[in-house]
This record gives sequence, C-alpha cells and structure tokens, in this order.
Amino acid sequence: MSHRKIDEVTGVETTGHVWDGDISELNKPLPRWWLYTFYVSIVWAIGYWVVYPAWPTINGYTKGVLNYSQRDQVQQDIEAWKSGHAKYRSQIAEMSLADIRKNDELFQFSIAGGAALFGENCAGCHGRGAQGGIGYPNLNDDDWLWGGDLEKIHQTIAFGVRSGNPKAHDTAMPRFGVDKILDEAQIRDAANFVRSFSHLDVDQEAAKRGAQIFADNCAACHGDHGKGNQEMGAPNLTDAIWLYGNSQDAVMQSIRTGRGGAMPAWSERLDPVAVKMLTLYVYSLGGAQAEAASASAPAAGTDKPK
Amino acid sequence: MNHAIFERNSIILLIGALIVVSIGGIVEIAPLFYVQSTIEKVQGMRPYSPLELAGRDIYVREGCYNCHSQMIRSLRDEVERYGHYSLAAESMYDYPFQWGSKRTGPDLARVGGKYSDAWHTEHMRDPRSVVPASIMPGYPFLDHTLLDYSNISKRMKALKALGVPYSDEMIASAGKDVVAQVSPDTKDAKALVARYPKAQVRKFDGQPAGENVEPTELDAVIAYLQMLGTLVDFTKFDASGPNLR
Repeated sequence: MSHRKIDEVTGVETTGHVWDGDISELNKPLPRWWLYTFYVSIVWAIGYWVVYPAWPTINGYTKGVLNYSQRDQVQQDIEAWKSGHAKYRSQIAEMSLADIRKNDELFQFSIAGGAALFGENCAGCHGRGAQGGIGYPNLNDDDWLWGGDLEKIHQTIAFGVRSGNPKAHDTAMPRFGVDKILDEAQIRDAANFVRSFSHLDVDQEAAKRGAQIFADNCAACHGDHGKGNQEMGAPNLTDAIWLYGNSQDAVMQSIRTGRGGAMPAWSERLDPVAVKMLTLYVYSLGGAQAEAASASAPAAGTDKPK
Repeated sequence: MNHAIFERNSIILLIGALIVVSIGGIVEIAPLFYVQSTIEKVQGMRPYSPLELAGRDIYVREGCYNCHSQMIRSLRDEVERYGHYSLAAESMYDYPFQWGSKRTGPDLARVGGKYSDAWHTEHMRDPRSVVPASIMPGYPFLDHTLLDYSNISKRMKALKALGVPYSDEMIASAGKDVVAQVSPDTKDAKALVARYPKAQVRKFDGQPAGENVEPTELDAVIAYLQMLGTLVDFTKFDASGPNLR
C-alpha cells in the first residue's frame, strides 16, 4: 500500500489511519509476553493430545498415555467414597438389622446416611419430615399399614407396595363401587358405619344398616371390629388416623375405588446397604415397634378374621 | 507477515475465521456420526410406544426441557442421586434429544418407577400438594384433555425417516396401540407389549380403565415419564471395552 508512513517522533511505522488530520495510529507488534503465552499454550495443547483422549480416528479416538476415562473416573470416585465408609458399610451389609440397631456407632451412621437417602428418594411422597400426606402414610406415628418392626419396614422399603416386584405387598382392596359390588346407597351406609368406629358424626340409621354390609364385605380384612390387619395392609379403621381423609365423601371414595396406593421397590434402585440404612432411619423416626412386641402382641393392629 | 491482508479486509477476515472455527467443529462433531463406539451396545432399547411418543410430544410442547434435564453426567454426586450415568444409546431414538442444559427441577433421565402414578397425577395437577417447596407450574388441564393422536402414525413415519426403527406393523397399528396401553388385560395390550417390550400397560391417570377408554394427555405424559430410563438392562451393560470413555 502506498500510505506506508513512519512516525517522526517514535520512528515506528503507522497503520495509515489518521484522525483529526494529525493523530495517527502506530503499527506496533504484539506485546512479547502475550505472544510467548500464546506459543506456550500451543505447546501445552500438544502435550494434552499426548496425555489425554484427543483426536478422532477412523474407528475411535486416540486414548492418550494416561488412558483417562470419565466413566472409569466416576467408578473410582464412587469406590473411593465408599471405601471411606468401608468399615461401616461392610458391617451393615453383613449384620442383621437388629444387631445394627444395638450397635450405637453403626446405628448413628445408618440414620445419618438414611436421612440423606430419605430426602432424595422418599420425601417426594412421605414429605421432608416423613409427615406424609393424603395417600402417603405418616412415618412418625405408630400406626403401620404393613408392620412397623425392623424386618417389616425393611421388607416394605425393599420390595414396595403394589410395585410389580414379586415380593411386594400386593393385596388390594376390592373396588366396591367401580366394579359394582356395592351400590351407592350401600357404600353410603358402610361409610357411615366405618366412621362410627372413631366416633365421628354419622347418620346412626345408616350406620346400623352399614354394620351388616361391613360384616359381609369388609371384616375379612379389616377385622370384625375394624382394627385392621397388617398381613393384608388393611388399615385400622378405629383410630383417628385416616390415610385418605375421614370425611364422608373421602371414606365413600375409598370404598368405591379401593384406593390401592403404590410404592416403588427400592431394592431395584438402591443398593442393599442403602435400603438397610433407610430402614433404620425410618425405624428411628419414633413410631417403630420393637421386634418382640409385634411378634407376641397380635392385638397391635391384627384383628384376625373369624 | 501478511497479516495486513486479514486486518485490512473484513470479508477475508470473516472467511478466515469461518475456516478456523469449522476445523474445530469438524474435528469435534463429525467423528460422532461415523465412529462406531459413539453409541454403546446395550440391551433393551426400543423405540417409544405410540402412547409414550405422544407423551414425549406433550413434554416438548409444554417446554418441560426448559427446567428438567435428561442427562445424568458421569460424576459421583449425580450417579449417587439419580442412578447410572446416561448413555448415548438411551437417547438414540430421541429427535430432538431432551438432554437439556438447565436444571431448575431435578434430572428426569431415570424418573421412571421412582414415583407412583397417583403421585404423578397429583403432582401434575398441583405440584405443591406433594412437594411443598416446588416452583413447578401446575398442569391441571392434562387430566381432562383427551389425547389427540389422530396423526400418531404420521409422526412415527417421520421418525422412521430419521432412522428410528419403527416397523410397518408398528406404524399400521399405532392408533390401536395408543388405546391398548391404557387398556390392561386386553388382546391389543398383549400385542402392544410384544411389539414394545417392557411397555407398561395401565390407566396411568387414575381414572377407571375399561374397554375402549380414550387416553387423556395425562395418561400419555405419565406413560412417558414412567418409562424414562428403565429400558436399558444394566445387568448386561459392560462399562469397559468400547463402552469405556
């Protein structure tokens, strides 16, 4: 280009751009420090190609001398993390729940781990504080659908309720309304009778009629006196705890549809140690039953049918 | 140095920049299309059943991907929380993929089976009724909007053109299969499961099932969610060898 000019003051070539008639731009080279950093980064990249997976090839890619793999890495990270607790984890894996319960250190470890697992996996339904909700049992109280000792809690968590797992609790209440086993009037009468167990305000006449309907249709699982049966997951109907609400409408809806809440089989998603830790956490929440008590006292929630 | 050519001519600078950037693109992206090990060899992957596909379309329509990713990264905390890291094979029939890039809500890549249908029904109607701290909007209209699947076989044909292995039989029976997946214990349901192994058949939204009950949009969404991440048989997945990366 023709406008190649040298700045008189500095002796440096200018770019030829001139502002206001007399301000020109010096064409200075890049700062040395910048340029050398640039060269170093190129050399660094070549080193990176050698060490790490980098270039694609026809059938795959260059693996690099470190043979680094993200999938290997995550496996190692998990192993390393677990080995930090290996002492506890191996004991939890081998020992029975009752023995872990008696070992204070292991019990505390399990509760702490179980609390974290509960937050991610269980709180969605049972609530952050295990307080439950409509359709999802409160785990803090001593009212249990499927039994509240260690072994029974473990079985429920591991295999779930109506989860499709072959070992799941899968008894279901008939859908008395949907399948037209009872008509709407009979359902109303039965609901009145059921609500009379816990001294709710009911239509006495209807409740009297409902007594026979209950004896014919409900007592086989819920017991003659409505005390429930944990073998079948039939709730105790005489207490003030109502999984789906105690209004006449809610109870009628329960009779119509049978409800049939479901819970996943967590042994299909979590490892056995995690399931045990969760069991101990749920056990620790307050309402759990001692092993011996539930075995020797069938009165607690088992009103055996005739 | 002839740098002045680039510095003084914007078109030449633009072309030069394009060439440099496309070299990077070709090296990083192009091999994924021809390298055999990109998509892992797994057992259990199948194309979406028509009802799941319809649910997936609603998932896209409602913009679920804006807040939910479907991509469990190979990092310890993610694997601990969500399960096995996602494989390329698990989204090989996704057009477009739903990996997402932002998690306002949790990752959904393995949400299948984590919650009950009743929970999903309640959660879609009013998320805060089951998760008090949730900021997800409710989708209460899904459970009383009948699913429009009149063009489901056309959608499957389009996916077939993109490489999803839908057979002619699958496309021909698509409309029937949509209804079959919410009609348990029927002959059609059996045929559906034969075509789409591991397909879950039930009335997902909690409303009574029966002969010829038309599925709602909620049925489709829950069928899709309950399937997510459940297809690959990880007991038969070899994380080493060509699947290691």
